[in-house]
Amino acid sequence: MRKPALMLAALIGLYGLQILPALAVRPDEMLTDPKLEARARSIGKQLRCLVCQNESIDDSDADLAHDLRLLVRQRLLAGDSDAQVKQYLVDRYGDYVLLKPPFNADTLVLWLGPAGFFLLAVGGAVLFYRGRRGTGAEAAPVLSEDEIKRAKALLETDGEGDKA
Amino acid sequence: MRRIAFLPVVLFVVLAGFFAYRLLLIQRGDSPSFIPSVMINKPAPDFTLPPVFAGTPGFSSTAFKGRVTLVNFFASWCIPCRSEHALLSSLKGKGFQLVGVDYKDQPEAVKAWLAREGNPYDVLVADENGQTGINFGVYGVPESYLIDKQGRIRFKQTGPFTPEAIEKDLLPKVAELNK
Repeated sequence: MRKPALMLAALIGLYGLQILPALAVRPDEMLTDPKLEARARSIGKQLRCLVCQNESIDDSDADLAHDLRLLVRQRLLAGDSDAQVKQYLVDRYGDYVLLKPPFNADTLVLWLGPAGFFLLAVGGAVLFYRGRRGTGAEAAPVLSEDEIKRAKALLETDGEGDKA
Repeated sequence: MRRIAFLPVVLFVVLAGFFAYRLLLIQRGDSPSFIPSVMINKPAPDFTLPPVFAGTPGFSSTAFKGRVTLVNFFASWCIPCRSEHALLSSLKGKGFQLVGVDYKDQPEAVKAWLAREGNPYDVLVADENGQTGINFGVYGVPESYLIDKQGRIRFKQTGPFTPEAIEKDLLPKVAELNK
């Protein structure tokens, strides 16, 4: 009973290997301190490679990405905090170097835009349906006795007309 | 209430206008790969770089004081730099010193290249590991930074200079800084 389970585990393990992201971090870049290296990886994933623009510096094979990975490790070894390392690069390359844009005056539309559009849509829907209900009520005024009689007469003759 | 029926049309016109505007900008040379520099009006980073040619002076950021300087990051392996090269030679005596920074290059390669194409630089230094480039915010070559007499970056040309860029952007800025 244990063998098939083992086989399954091995297969799942192999499948996992196959879908691992192709990291561009080279072995010779890595720091010997695993804690610092882990921090360098987490920072590297948040920084944009400015040459390829849609990859993090950890995923990119570009030369500049390689230099920036080394720089991140240099700063960490020098005792910088994660935030200081990121700020170091923002000072030189701007907010664009961060894959997750910060919330500030320049990115107001970016962050609040979707919520704004949602509110616009909800507002539009409310106005639309309220408008419809309004016209519905206007279209059904109360009929007087006389009018009801006339309507019934019309409906009856209409029904007979259909049968004929 | 009926006015709301025009909302989709209005939205469409606004969006179409925005897209047309962006397309027009791209036609005028803007590109999504262009990243505006945050270094404009900030002091140029501190650096000291060794010369490419032994026996010639190196360059340190303290030498920005008192002179307008154009720092040109280039490399012998960079193809767009070649189109810019001839233009740089025509900039002698235009009111600034031209400092060439050979970015991540082999000294032999750049020496051979300049021997063939001519050397337009007043000072030529090497940034072998690209560290100074990163401090300037360089993300590709060529890139050029115009630095005022107080050592502040005042203008950046991303990518190679064109005759239009020199006439319309660089030279007026140089004249302003030399006042």
